[in-house]
Amino acid sequence: MNPRTMYRKIWESHLVREAPGEPSLIYIDRHLVHEVTSPQAFAGLKAAGRKVRRPDLTFAVMDHSVPTKNRNLPILDAAAGGQFDALERNCREASITLFDMFSHNQGIVHVIGPELGLTQPGQTIVCGDSHTSTHGAFGTLAFGIGTSEVEHVLATQCMQQYESKTMHIVVNGKRNKGVSAKDIILAIIGKIGIGGGTGHVIEYAGEAIRALSMDGRMTVCNMSIEAGARAGMIAPDDTTFAYMEGRPYVPRGKEFQEAVQAWKALPSDPGAKFDATVELDASALAPQVTWGTNPGMVTGVTDRVPDPGSFRDPDDQKAVARALTYMGLKPGTALVDVPVDRVFIGSCTNSRLHDLRAAARVVAGKHISKDLKGALVVPGSMVVKQKAEAEGLDKIFKDAGFEWRDAGCSMCIAMNPDVLLPGERAASTSNRNFEGRQGKDSRTHLVSPIMAAAAAIAGHFVDVRDWNVEAQE
Amino acid sequence: MQPFSKHTGLVVPLDRVNVDTDQMVPKQFLKLQTRQGYGKVLFYDWRYLPGEKPNPDFVLNWPRYKGASVLLARAGFGSGSSREHAPWALADYGFRVLIAPGYADIFYSNCFMNGILPVTLPETQIDELFRRAENQEGYSLTVDLPVQTVTDAKGLSCRFEIDEFRKHILLEGLDEIGLTLKYEAKIAEYEKSYHPGATMYSPVDAKFAAQK
Repeated sequence: MNPRTMYRKIWESHLVREAPGEPSLIYIDRHLVHEVTSPQAFAGLKAAGRKVRRPDLTFAVMDHSVPTKNRNLPILDAAAGGQFDALERNCREASITLFDMFSHNQGIVHVIGPELGLTQPGQTIVCGDSHTSTHGAFGTLAFGIGTSEVEHVLATQCMQQYESKTMHIVVNGKRNKGVSAKDIILAIIGKIGIGGGTGHVIEYAGEAIRALSMDGRMTVCNMSIEAGARAGMIAPDDTTFAYMEGRPYVPRGKEFQEAVQAWKALPSDPGAKFDATVELDASALAPQVTWGTNPGMVTGVTDRVPDPGSFRDPDDQKAVARALTYMGLKPGTALVDVPVDRVFIGSCTNSRLHDLRAAARVVAGKHISKDLKGALVVPGSMVVKQKAEAEGLDKIFKDAGFEWRDAGCSMCIAMNPDVLLPGERAASTSNRNFEGRQGKDSRTHLVSPIMAAAAAIAGHFVDVRDWNVEAQE
Repeated sequence: MQPFSKHTGLVVPLDRVNVDTDQMVPKQFLKLQTRQGYGKVLFYDWRYLPGEKPNPDFVLNWPRYKGASVLLARAGFGSGSSREHAPWALADYGFRVLIAPGYADIFYSNCFMNGILPVTLPETQIDELFRRAENQEGYSLTVDLPVQTVTDAKGLSCRFEIDEFRKHILLEGLDEIGLTLKYEAKIAEYEKSYHPGATMYSPVDAKFAAQK
C-alpha cells in the first residue's frame, strides 16, 4: 500500500459512500453544538419533520454569550437568553447531552471536548464554529461548519465533503525561553498568510511541535482556520495518550490499552506525500504581536509597525494603510512603545491550565499598571477554573489586580457584557483581531498569555524574553 | 432552496481584500433564531454612522449602486468565522452572485446552501471588472450558470470553473439533506460495521443524556 497521510487514513476510515464526480459522504463521530449557530438548524429539522439521528454522538454547551460574572442573576440580554432557552429546549426534546451554564463541566466547546475525553484520536469532529480545528491536536479530523451543515449532521450524522489537499508544516528546532505555542502559530500565519491554507488540511510536525504539551498543541491547531485551512492536526503520541487517560469519556484499563494501540497506527506513514510543505525554525522566533486587523498582520515584538509602502502588492498597501488607521498606529513605531488599555487572557486559543500557569508566573508578586483600565482572566472551563484555584492561581491574579471570572468565550467575541469600548486597545490571547471583533472600534493585538500578562504589568508591550519566564510546559 | 440558473444585475464593487464574516454580520446580530432579516445589518459597522445613519463613504450606500445584486470583491472574501449569518445577510440584502478571485472555504460552502453563486475569476479579469463597474454607471453583468460565463453588454465574456455537483445542486435548488438521506441504508450499514459511540466511564454534570 502507498504511504498515507494521517488525514487520508482518517478520511478512508470514515467513508460511507464514494462516487465519481460527487462529494463523498463521511461519517461524523462527534457533533458539538452551542447556542449561537444551532437554533436555526433545529428549527429547520423540525420544519422538515426530521429527527436527530444520533443524539448519543451530539453534545451541546452554552459558551458564546454566557455571562462570566454571577450566573444567578437574570440574563438581561433577552436575545441571548432566548438562545439559551432554545438550546435547552432542543436538547431536552432530542435527548442531547447538554452542559448548561450551571454545569461544573461547562466551558468553551473546544476546551471541554478534549477535557471530557470526548475528543479522541482518529475521530471526525464537527461543530458550527470555525475554531473546531482545535481538536486536531489529538490526531482527529475536526473542522467548523455552517448552520445548514449543522442541520445536515443532526439529520444524517454525515457530511458531504470533498477530500482536501494536505500541507505539512514542519517546525524545527527548540523554542527560546519566553516563546510559546501561540508565537509559533502566529509566525506560521504571518509566513503563509491568512489565505495560505485555503483548501488544505494542515499537519503540524517537527521537534518544536513534539515538545509542546497538549494545551500548546491545541493553541496551534486552534488557529489553523486563521491561515484559511480546513483543519489542522498533530499526530498522537505519548503526550496525547497521557493526557487522555482517565478522562470521563475515555475507555479504561485493557480497553484503553487497545485504543492506544489503534491510535498508534494513525500518524502519517514515512514517505507519505503532502501537496505542500512549509518549514520554520522555532529557535529563530521572537514573541509575536499583531499590529493590524487580521491575524496575518503580525511581527516579532522587537520589530516596528510596518510602512504600507513596504508592501509590494497595491491591494496589500491599501489594506495595511486602512488597518493602521483603524488601529491608530503610525508606521515606524516600535511595538514595545505601544500602550494598552485592557488585557484579556482567555478564549478557546489560550485559556487552559498551562496558559493560566504561565501567565501567573509573570504576574506573581507584581501589580498591573496604573494606566490600565482593566485586566481579565477567563478560564476556558469551570474545570480549568477549579484546578487553577486549587493551585492558588486565582489569588495570584487577583493580588496582581486582575479580575477572575467564570468560563466562556467572553471578550474574544464580546457577545456577553465583556466588551471593549470604542478606541480601546487590548493585548488579547484570543484568535481574531478583526475590526470590531471585541467591540465597535476596538483595537486588538493578539499575543501569547505571558506576553499579555507582561503587557498588563508594564502597561505596554514588552519583550517577555527579558523577564526570564517559561512560556509553556 | 431557491434554484439558480441565470441572473442579470447591477454590480457593486467592494474594493477591499480579505473581507471577513465579522464585517458582514457583527457579533451583536448573531443572537436571533431566524435565517431571515439580516439584510439591513449587512456590513453594519461600515454601512452606518452612529444612529444608523447611512455612511455616505461606504460603496453600498452610493445612490448609483442601489439595488445591486452582484457583489464584486477581492481575494480572501469571507474569511474567519463560520457564521452562516453572512450569506443569509448577503441573500436577504438581494445579492445572488459574488465575483472574486477567491473565498474562504467555510463561507464558500455556506453560499451554496443559500442559493448564492460565488463565481471565481482570475485577478486580471477581476481588475478589469472593477475598472468597468467603477467607470460605467449602471454597469450590469449577466451570470449564466449552465454555460459558466460572466458577460456584459459591451462584449466582455469570462468563463468560470465550478464543481459539476455543486452546479447541479444550485441549478435544481436541491436539498442536500434529502440527497444524503437517500443513502440511509449505506449510513446504517456503516454504523453496523464501525459502531461509533460515546461511552461515559465516569460521571459528568450534564442534562438530557441520550442512551444508545
